[in-house]
Amino acid sequence: MKAKVVVMPKAAVLDPQGAAVREAMQHLGMREVKNVRIGKYLEIDLERDGADVEARLHKLCRDLLSNPVIEDYQLVKE
Amino acid sequence: MKFAVIQFPGSNCDQDCLRAINGLEGLSAEYVWHKATSLAAFDAIVLPGGFAYGDYLRCGAIARFSPIMNEVVRAAKEGRLVLGTCNGFQVLCEAELLPGALVRNRGLRFVCDMVRLRIEVPDSAFTRGCAQGTILRMPIAHGEGCYFADANTLRELNANGQVVLRYCDVTGATSPESNPNGSIENIAGICNSEGNVFGLMPHPDRACDTRLGSADGARIFLSMAEAILAGRSKAAA
Repeated sequence: MKAKVVVMPKAAVLDPQGAAVREAMQHLGMREVKNVRIGKYLEIDLERDGADVEARLHKLCRDLLSNPVIEDYQLVKE
Repeated sequence: MKFAVIQFPGSNCDQDCLRAINGLEGLSAEYVWHKATSLAAFDAIVLPGGFAYGDYLRCGAIARFSPIMNEVVRAAKEGRLVLGTCNGFQVLCEAELLPGALVRNRGLRFVCDMVRLRIEVPDSAFTRGCAQGTILRMPIAHGEGCYFADANTLRELNANGQVVLRYCDVTGATSPESNPNGSIENIAGICNSEGNVFGLMPHPDRACDTRLGSADGARIFLSMAEAILAGRSKAAA
């Protein structure tokens, strides 16, 4: 079983990396680029699924994998 | 007066902190490894700068789960003084002992410089004897020191007098030019609502000797010692 977690900076948080990449893309001719936000993507392999696995993963997403002050996360199980 | 200097794997200002504190009269410091499980022997606790756990995931994100952090949280709740400098500040925010978070510098660059800091809270346990508006000079060295807090948190910090230090220019004005990392409202250091946990991005530990450019950092450690003594005499009376 695999869990995929995407962590993104909240809209209110400055993302200077995203701004720098946006400018580079525009500089390379991609004028259509309006905005870029950079986050993190985690792939987590799990030995087995269980009734409480998803709830425990969500807890760790909040406590460890993301910081709710500055980031939002999405968790998808496959 | 015994200070604990916590060593995480990746701390690199632990020696600076130990040396700075041991160089002050009446103060002594000892290292405490992050796997230790007691801080009972110490009057105050310092989380030093560095790159705990390589700053993997986020600065301070993994360090906050080190075994010693249970004791740091316990000591903070008991009212003991806790100081976090640079990476230590990031750990305190991740551990939710301080509100807000520290994110990538606005200019994306690692900034290594001497900065000026305006004291906003003259009577805190960490700034005793420094009048409001006093300007301290200390070095900074960080890539992720841009302080962020949402609007509500920011309002509370200001209303409760928790913003202890702001980056300023030579006249004491908090201009955008004197803000080295894009921190919201030029915030350089904050304390918790109880006033016993303080985090700042600048390095008081690297500013305890005029031969190194400034001795202003010593005022933070000496203030802590004074506050502890005052607390003891209050308890005795």
